[in-house]
Amino acid sequence: MLPNSDLEELYQQVLLDHSRRPRNFGELTEADATEAGEKVVKVQGDNPSCGDEIVVSVKLADTGLKLADIKFTGQGCAISQASASLMTIKTKGRSRAEVEELIAAFHDLITKQTENPPDILGDLQLLQGVWRFPQRVKCATLAWRALEQALREGSAGVVTTEVEG
Amino acid sequence: MTSDSVNWAAVRADFPILHQEVRGNPLIYFDSAASSQKPRQVIDALSRYYEHDNANVHRGLHELSSRATDAFEAARNKVAKFLNAASADEIIFTRGTTEGINLVAQAYGTRYVKEGDVVLLTEMEHHSNLVPWQLLAERTGATLRFVPVLEDGTLDLSKLPELLTPEVKIFSFTHISNSLGTVNPVADLCRAARAVGAISVVDAAQSAGHLPVDVQALGCDFLALSGHKMCAPTGIGALYGRAEVLEKTPPYHGGGEMIVSVSLQKATYKEAPHRFEAGTPNIAGAVGLGAAVDYLENIGRQNIAAHDGELVRYAQQRMEADVPGIRIIGPRERSGLVGFVMESAHPHDLTTYADRYGLALRGGHHCNQPLMKKFKLPGTSRASFYFYNTKEEIDRMITILQEAARFFS
Repeated sequence: MLPNSDLEELYQQVLLDHSRRPRNFGELTEADATEAGEKVVKVQGDNPSCGDEIVVSVKLADTGLKLADIKFTGQGCAISQASASLMTIKTKGRSRAEVEELIAAFHDLITKQTENPPDILGDLQLLQGVWRFPQRVKCATLAWRALEQALREGSAGVVTTEVEG
Repeated sequence: MTSDSVNWAAVRADFPILHQEVRGNPLIYFDSAASSQKPRQVIDALSRYYEHDNANVHRGLHELSSRATDAFEAARNKVAKFLNAASADEIIFTRGTTEGINLVAQAYGTRYVKEGDVVLLTEMEHHSNLVPWQLLAERTGATLRFVPVLEDGTLDLSKLPELLTPEVKIFSFTHISNSLGTVNPVADLCRAARAVGAISVVDAAQSAGHLPVDVQALGCDFLALSGHKMCAPTGIGALYGRAEVLEKTPPYHGGGEMIVSVSLQKATYKEAPHRFEAGTPNIAGAVGLGAAVDYLENIGRQNIAAHDGELVRYAQQRMEADVPGIRIIGPRERSGLVGFVMESAHPHDLTTYADRYGLALRGGHHCNQPLMKKFKLPGTSRASFYFYNTKEEIDRMITILQEAARFFS
């Protein structure tokens, strides 16, 4: 059986490693918000038809202008888990503006062919192969939708990417 | 039981869609439990109908209408014979199994199920044999009970006496589980239902095209099937209802076709089956279903069952012997499908991988969310076979699974 280049690109070793040993795996609680102007927000991402589940918890600082800390828990396919793991690494400690920029750039990266991805994406480029697998975009974006919701300060809840496809 | 009398290679040649490549690999279609492929004979029957006989049924006084009506009613006769119904009047055309079950839940259930009554189901039901009853329970104040599923994927029948009490008005269950492959003892369950005065409803979506189904021998009151899982087009199915039960079942949808006379305030309804077929039916679909029944009868369902059985035993044996880290879910004795999980790969990743090599598997919860929860699985991968599949295709699947196990580990 010949190796398949699309699969090799989608499931790079580093990505599989993130799915097996996710970074920043865990939950933040109210007790983690120790300083004035800090706040912990938790949002659940749920794709019931896939069975992918993710809980993203963030600590917002500077009255919401900074993403001071971020963790996630969950279960699901390699793509949803690796995407969440990489997301936490790339967004932790960044300003809200930077995170919003990342969210937009990441969405473009996995939904269309991108010749020169912006540098800001860094390791997130590992997920570039997703654009060739439209059915899997919803796996890659689940954690990101949860983060987006969390940034709306306090509007915790459940999000899904299943209707977006 | 062997199926040597059939020329399976010739049978496979009847399915034009199977002879193609997907991304440079020969297509291996192992998703027939979701929807089967269609033989040339069925496709031709549809074309012939549209090219020569198409018109509305039961109302035109012209030649084409009478031909369309004859073709439609001939299809009903074929389905009746196929299920060994006592009469063609016991066959209602539907859009599929889902609509058949909804018809029973809405028309029969709403009339005869009251607050405090019980609808008995099992834990292995497809959502289509669960949600219609949840809706009925909401409307009527009835409650739902469930026959548990054991670790080995069979029903825990030791619990039946305490569950199947006189409060049970309807016992609805699947003939074959779409994710586990379990074949339930339908005749025993129908007999037990009758003994407490409950009617029985059988979901035959996975069985009707795969093994002989005789409604009189099974002793069921209703039995629902989908055409598209047995070589017929999508959007057509049939519901068998025992005459005595159908007679006392009120209409389902209102409209043309199902009435005797209508005044502004009131209508009188036709007898079954027409009482349950409001509006212009899926005539071409019914013609296609009739052609599919002819096709399956020509091969013989005993032969199909034997062939399915050979394939599934071979697949099971090779998966267990030759693919590391695979766990098969469900009982040893199974219908023509294998649900499994691979230690190193999530079902969706495995399905994506297989697809790149032309192998069509199904990955996910298979419309069995409560069952997956019970088995603590995020979902499974499923390979489901039909009589047009071959052992060579299974060999190729094994190679792909072996490669996948290496790739993801």
